[in-house]
Amino acid sequence: MSITLTVNGTPATVAAEPRTHLADLLRGELLLTGTHLGCEHGVCGACTVEVDGAPARSCLIHAGACDGASVRTIEGFGEDAVMVALRESFSAEHALQCGYCTPGMLVVARDIVLRLPDADEARVREELAGNLCRCTGYRGIVRAILGVLASRRGAAS
Amino acid sequence: MKPAPFTYARPADWPAALALLAEGARPVAGGQSLGPMLNLRLALPERVADLRHLPGYAGVSMQGETVRIGAGTTHAAIEDGVVPGRLGEILAGVARRIAYRPVRNRGTIGGSFAHADPAADWCAVLPALPGHAIALGPEGERRIPLAEFVLGVFETALRGDELLRAIELSALPPATHFGHWKFCRKPGEFSKATACVLATPGAAPTAVLAALDAAPLVIADASALLADPTAEAARLVATLALEDPWRAALARTALRHAAEAAR
Repeated sequence: MSITLTVNGTPATVAAEPRTHLADLLRGELLLTGTHLGCEHGVCGACTVEVDGAPARSCLIHAGACDGASVRTIEGFGEDAVMVALRESFSAEHALQCGYCTPGMLVVARDIVLRLPDADEARVREELAGNLCRCTGYRGIVRAILGVLASRRGAAS
Repeated sequence: MKPAPFTYARPADWPAALALLAEGARPVAGGQSLGPMLNLRLALPERVADLRHLPGYAGVSMQGETVRIGAGTTHAAIEDGVVPGRLGEILAGVARRIAYRPVRNRGTIGGSFAHADPAADWCAVLPALPGHAIALGPEGERRIPLAEFVLGVFETALRGDELLRAIELSALPPATHFGHWKFCRKPGEFSKATACVLATPGAAPTAVLAALDAAPLVIADASALLADPTAEAARLVATLALEDPWRAALARTALRHAAEAAR
């Protein structure tokens, strides 16, 4: 079937089998390999991208359901202020080692920062429960997100 | 894993959706339960009918004291307060603990209820609430009491030619007490035992025990459970004759915690 969607602001039309999921469509057809695949059944969070403005598992959206959707992948955040701050904070806090979970972590982290500006450590950890990291033990990731939250609260007051 | 081949249809209106159902298509809403089953090839439909674009499928409306929640309303919308009042607070608290936010952004209350996974949160909570599931079939709408909707594991009172269109719930007074407890070793994983107790002023308290690998246990009058949570939880769970002692222990504890929180 023919699918038309917007990816990182650019319209794209691709041919795909209906069973193809969005992550394979992004990686295989559009060569956007920043989206990573871990479990392919919605548990690990590595493939999380933004669909119609909200984080979603790209392994759980099959081609037909993508028709007409607007998708933003890790390649599409550019100079987005929150993502810039998160990148710097992830780097400073050693919030990644192998980097496999990082694209999904960053998409979810940005959602936490924007949706839950008052989140404390317990809430950040709860919100991160759907993104698995096997390298860091999460400490650096949690610190990186808390750091961005704190600096935004400081800037707002 | 990748799904086995299937074809995709996107009905634009309800008659078209019912026609696809009659032809054997598997309805899908947010796809957060069916999606993993497709990828793992636990589900092998020949055709999938995507309900998300049906008119009125998502959204909440008030009709007097009745709240009508479109079956396609996402868990995230409920978490964020789309349902007003005390009922909305209760539903938001339940929604927040369903899986993970990226899953809640797609997954829907109706899709989850109609799928009837025994560990699903709405299957463990909606049967305790006063209201109906609104089924749409070839002859029109049919109202199914929420307590009678889930019949077993992945089995509901929906007929083969019906779709779940909406959930209708009665608004709850501000003084309504609600206790909800589920056993997850990490937030978002499948529950090992879920219980809830609803205590509405002027009405008999109700309770549900779920995630049992069977239909949820619906307790139409949970007065005894509220009066003595420990003893009554033990008595209720004993009637289920659960095979595994650990499962019975989790069920007892979930019921007791839910009852204590609802007092």
